Amino acid sequence: MSALNIKKGSTSHSAYNLKAGYEDTVERHTLAILVENEPGTLARVIGLFAGRGYNIESLTVAETDHHGHLSRITIVTSGTPQVIEQIKAQLGRIVPVHKVNDLTVEGPSVERELALFKVAGKGDARIEAVRLADIFRANVVDSTLESFVFEVVGTSEKIDAFGELMRPLGLTEVVRTGIAALSRGT
Amino acid sequence: MTKAMTGAKMVVQALVDQGVDVVFGYPGGAVLPIYDEIFQQNHIQHVLVRHEQGAVHAAEGYARSTGKLGVALVTSGPGATNAVTGLTDALLDSIPILVLTGQVPTFMIGSDAFQEADTVGITRPCTKHNWLVKDTDDLARTIHEACHVATAGRPGPVLVDIPKDVQFATGTYTTKQARKSHYSPQVKGDITSITDLVKAMETAKRPLFYTGGGVVNSGDAATQLLRELVAATNFPITSTLMGLGCYPASGDNWLGMLGMHGLYEANMAMHDCDLMINIGARFDDRITGVIEKFSPHSKKAHIDIDPSSINKVIQVDIPIVGDIAHVLEDLLKVWKSRGRKTNAEGVSKWWDQINTWRSIDCLKFTQTGKIIKPQYALSRLEELTKKYDRYITTEVGQHQMWAAQYLGFENPNRWMTSGGLGTMGYGTPASIGVQMAHRESLVINVAGEASWLMNMQEMGTAMQYKLPVKQFILNNERLGMVRQWQELLHGERYSSSWSESLPDFVKLAEAFGAKGIICSDPDDLDDAIMEMITYDGPVIFDCLVEKHENCFPMIPSGKAHNDMILGENADTANAIQGAGGALV
Ligand SMILES: Cc1cc2nc3c(=O)[nH]c(=O)nc-3n(C[C@H](O)[C@H](O)[C@H](O)COP(=O)(O)OP(=O)(O)OC[C@H]3O[C@@H](n4cnc5c(N)ncnc54)[C@H](O)[C@@H]3O)c2cc1C
Ligand SMILES: Cc1ncc(C[n+]2csc(CCOP(=O)(O)OP(=O)(O)O)c2C)c(N)n1
Repeated sequence: MSALNIKKGSTSHSAYNLKAGYEDTVERHTLAILVENEPGTLARVIGLFAGRGYNIESLTVAETDHHGHLSRITIVTSGTPQVIEQIKAQLGRIVPVHKVNDLTVEGPSVERELALFKVAGKGDARIEAVRLADIFRANVVDSTLESFVFEVVGTSEKIDAFGELMRPLGLTEVVRTGIAALSRGT
Repeated sequence: MTKAMTGAKMVVQALVDQGVDVVFGYPGGAVLPIYDEIFQQNHIQHVLVRHEQGAVHAAEGYARSTGKLGVALVTSGPGATNAVTGLTDALLDSIPILVLTGQVPTFMIGSDAFQEADTVGITRPCTKHNWLVKDTDDLARTIHEACHVATAGRPGPVLVDIPKDVQFATGTYTTKQARKSHYSPQVKGDITSITDLVKAMETAKRPLFYTGGGVVNSGDAATQLLRELVAATNFPITSTLMGLGCYPASGDNWLGMLGMHGLYEANMAMHDCDLMINIGARFDDRITGVIEKFSPHSKKAHIDIDPSSINKVIQVDIPIVGDIAHVLEDLLKVWKSRGRKTNAEGVSKWWDQINTWRSIDCLKFTQTGKIIKPQYALSRLEELTKKYDRYITTEVGQHQMWAAQYLGFENPNRWMTSGGLGTMGYGTPASIGVQMAHRESLVINVAGEASWLMNMQEMGTAMQYKLPVKQFILNNERLGMVRQWQELLHGERYSSSWSESLPDFVKLAEAFGAKGIICSDPDDLDDAIMEMITYDGPVIFDCLVEKHENCFPMIPSGKAHNDMILGENADTANAIQGAGGALV
């Protein structure tokens, strides 16, 4: 089970060695959870986080394998390394969970998020918004005489940065999808 | 082979196919079709309890005493909510049970229908897994899958919620063999880690086996292998409350139970050992006390089938994920093939040390005067019943701890107690479940009067099914364990810890048609106990005991293993201080 991945630098060579050189630093991890697509599975996963006091920073879920009846949940969470190991082991106990991958430790991965920003304004602010959007490769998906809706795709940091820039230019509404992530290579 | 039948019939058929012979239950509107099927067959016996909580605890008692799956059947709404405590109890103690609940018909779900409750929602956090079956074609497969999930890996409670229309409708029956599941926990341990453990065992000077309920869960083979391992290595062994009996109490290497109310020698050995071998125990807080002070100098190995048990509370050096019987088998093989080595000289010195701790005799007490000490009552019960084929259940409180200390268990599955949840009211229904599985055996519920009142309605069940369960009540007229903590932590302000307005237990017994015995004089105790044992039927034994006796030894919360309060004459005022006061 992937929840048991060995951390680099662990002393034993067992695949079940959960022990790492734990420090108390809080880390941010992106977990990809493959689950059976049956009613209540998401509630089980979320209930686990709520019930045991773990953090959810971002959550996305959708069916990814219609044939195999599987959905993929991507969760960004944070905690000390020991807590992260517990989260993975606890997720692994949920019966409809098939696989837990920790994208943060299992080699390089790519993460993307999509966001829509509604920016209302006139005159210079409006022109500046379009100029910045272009730099961020944001698309205009709707426009009125007094507003734009921009679509931005990228890392969460990029989206954060775009939001910061839009705020003084008349940002009125934001919606973000949460993170979708995949490991790189084959 | 597939066959068409109604959902209700499928339920019975699936249980029969799973080898279920007893179901504990209580009917209601949403399960009537299933009850109708039960009425028309002879394979499964239904035991009508008096409260759904009783059904679930009875199923737990049945399961724990047989190693098989326990089954309960209850109606929707209040039937299901009454089952919640039992489900949570089974979850914390890893007991394999299946609870079947009726549900309002599928087309009424979500409409606040009569006796509708979101049963899968309510029980999601207190089951290992649960299912709502919306199609009769899925019903048999789901029940087979549920039985598999309950018993595979770390056992636990599962629940299948069955709407009434699904029970009435006809569908295709799926056999047990046709079930396919991705759920198959790892049972073989990693051989490199097992070898690491063997190496550590070869050199350890102060090794200790710390065993738990996982050995019972793993089954008879695990017990046999554990005994072989202990005999071959001569290492000392202690166990949690949940693992009592896996190693015989009469065995030479037995140190007794460890933990908050464990024996002095067991706790001292935990603190001072250099190699701790945890076999199927989960470093519960009753065991560890303060984490920082827990066995500071030991290398720790942990064998557990549930990866989440490992490194949850205590960071270990040698984690081994797998089933105990499988791992111990490999462990013994590796150890033998490497020449059966131990550090005999070191271990022998370790035994010298342990024997000096033992000589303190931490369970000693003196029975003087005309009032029965609870310790004395249990010592006599032990003496007079140990030659019987005996099963013990308990309630929760001081009496439970005294039972763990003063009764000896020679085999697993003989001791049924609510450890993780600490559910008062567990013992009586559990004793009924045990007696159903072992009709000819002596089944005793060691109870406190307060706990006992919580599910006393089940005496009716005992009478109806002629189950000769013995309710041995240590009556101190106090919520004793609560009172003890108030003495230790709250300046002897006994807030609501008096058991007031108690019934006359003898009359109560008679009202149920059972036998009542009261005993208050130590000189009469043996005869009274013999009368209880030999009576052919249920007995309520009201044993009036010392009211303010404390249960010792005790590691006060916030203290380390080597910082115990020992027996008689202990100074208890303000024994728990500072941060320890916040702990339970
Ligand atoms: C009033 C009160 C006082 C208490 N005081 C004490 C005390 O002094 N001492 C004490 O010991 N307890 C005490 N308890 C009980 C305590 O709360 C815990 O329930 C108990 O210590 C847990 O036992 P355990 O560690 O054996 O774990 P269990 O709850 O029995 O868990 C079993 C472990 O084994 C694993 N397992 C299951 N099946 C397998 C398998 N096939 N192979 C491998 N691993 C498996 C599980 O994953 C789990 O980690 C007290 C309870 C009460 C109510
Ligand atoms: C359902 C439930 N409620 C409350 C408690 C808290 N509690 C633990 S022990 C205890 C007192 C038990 O008294 P009794 O059954 O008389 O046993 P004694 O301790 O006197 O032996 C209480 C109230 C509990 N464990 N379970």
